[in-house]
Amino acid sequence: MIEFRSVTKRFPDGTSAVSNLDLVIPAHQTTVLVGSSGCGKTTILRMINRMVDATSGTIEIDGDDVATLEPVRLRRRIGYVMQNTGLLPHRRVLENIVTVPRLNGMPKAEATELGLRLMDTVGLDRGLARRYPSQLSGGQQQRVGVARGLAVDPNILLMDEPFGAVDPIVRAELQTELMRLQVTLGKTVVFVTHDIDEAFLLGDQVVILQQHAVVAQRGTPGEILAHPASGFVSDFIGAERGKRALRIVETNGSRVVVDADGRPAGVLVDGKNGS
Amino acid sequence: MTWLGSNVGLVAELSLHHVQLSLLPIVVGFVAAVPLGVLAWRFKLTRGLTLTIVGLLYTIPSLALFVLLPPLLGISFLSEANVVIALSIYAVALMTRSAADAFGSVDPVVRRSAAAMGYSSLGRFWAVELPLAGPVLLAGLRVVAVSTVSLVTVGVLVGSRSLGYLFMNGLQRSIPVEILSGIVMTVVIALAFDGILVLLGRLLMPWTRAETTSRRVARRLRLTVGGGS
Ligand SMILES: Nc1ncnc2c1ncn2[C@@H]1O[C@H](COP(=O)(O)OP(=O)(O)OP(=O)(O)O)[C@@H](O)[C@H]1O
Ligand SMILES: [Mg+2]
Repeated sequence: MIEFRSVTKRFPDGTSAVSNLDLVIPAHQTTVLVGSSGCGKTTILRMINRMVDATSGTIEIDGDDVATLEPVRLRRRIGYVMQNTGLLPHRRVLENIVTVPRLNGMPKAEATELGLRLMDTVGLDRGLARRYPSQLSGGQQQRVGVARGLAVDPNILLMDEPFGAVDPIVRAELQTELMRLQVTLGKTVVFVTHDIDEAFLLGDQVVILQQHAVVAQRGTPGEILAHPASGFVSDFIGAERGKRALRIVETNGSRVVVDADGRPAGVLVDGKNGS
Repeated sequence: MTWLGSNVGLVAELSLHHVQLSLLPIVVGFVAAVPLGVLAWRFKLTRGLTLTIVGLLYTIPSLALFVLLPPLLGISFLSEANVVIALSIYAVALMTRSAADAFGSVDPVVRRSAAAMGYSSLGRFWAVELPLAGPVLLAGLRVVAVSTVSLVTVGVLVGSRSLGYLFMNGLQRSIPVEILSGIVMTVVIALAFDGILVLLGRLLMPWTRAETTSRRVARRLRLTVGGGS
């Protein structure tokens, strides 16, 4: 479990990125932080592995205040998938994946074995092992990023818009893959996105953030969709709700489902006649 | 041409010595410039100071340096150390700016990502920042190598034995072939240094070739696709 207690982050230039955040991130679940650009999502993630130190307040991982933990050691036991993969351009795919195990002193042969297995796990062809990141497609690079995040078998996996830079099809594929992985791995995943659909798809818990990381609502996707806590939340999920709010219109005896703009989305059929 | 026939030994000996005189300043330039470059790149406070000092050093004419150094260091005008030290100073001056640029060229995203994975600052320097600064460092070192090889010739003015001797002697005795031999051998040595550096770069930085190849492949693919339509 990760717990934020009245956490505030003000950058030296005066930018207030996070103000007085209280948040509990339960273990072995996926918590998705969602909010518009600049609302402090990345800053929240970075405070967990101490890439950024909070100005005030405490962050605890399983009861340990991270401020008392040594940053380098802390980072080596937390998986981090960066907003734009952050792969090392001068290291081959396999070397990138096992960077942290190697830093922790894993022998090379063992690391190679592990790296190849991780490539299988995230659906990367083993034949790509000796390529450099620049020789991969965007989607492949993102998979390498995920594999690297999993390499130390961390309890905590921080994912910052890990599927941001790929087309919708590859994105859906990666999302499915992540859900499949999470069923077996049961990590404490903190996932950042500004795509509310992605948040609802992946999150056991979804946290909707306003500017300065003020929590607008926290709950399961169902709870949030059913009972938006405020105008901000309805607005935020609103654009998507237009698509989701479907109405039934009778025309010539058949029932057509239309969206908010009145465009037909499909025909309503009975379960028994439909097949 | 008769001159060359009877002086092959001299040309070879001077060439060898020329190489020896060039080598040390190039190595010193590189080794000293890397930490200086880091100083200029990492800390705002030292950046201006470092770059100004090396900038000024480079503007001192080489002859002036040959004259200034001996009394300062307590060495003889005619000693080889005089030439080697002066050229080392130029090499450092030239290379430091390249080194600062080289470290500046490392993608901050990659640096941050390395830190996030748990590299210590020193570990990150050796494993990530130095190799990624490599291509720009190499470009700088190639300039330093060529410029040092050509500056070594000037050392003849303070009595050091290099290919510069052939220019001086050839000029005084009006032997064009001798002057020409000096020029050709200087160019050959400069090219050899450059070639070796490029080769070293390929060996030590294989990823840079992968990057250019993938770019080339991408371009070729685009061309083929474009041509087909
Ligand atoms: N190092 C920094 N120095 C100063 N301000 C910063 C720094 N890093 C982030 N900020 C500011 O803090 C705020 C929150 O930034 P953050 O990166 O956490 O946003 P985000 O929610 O991740 O946005 P995005 O969706 O665009 O990635 C922004 O206003 C940003 O400009
Ligand atoms: Mg961000």
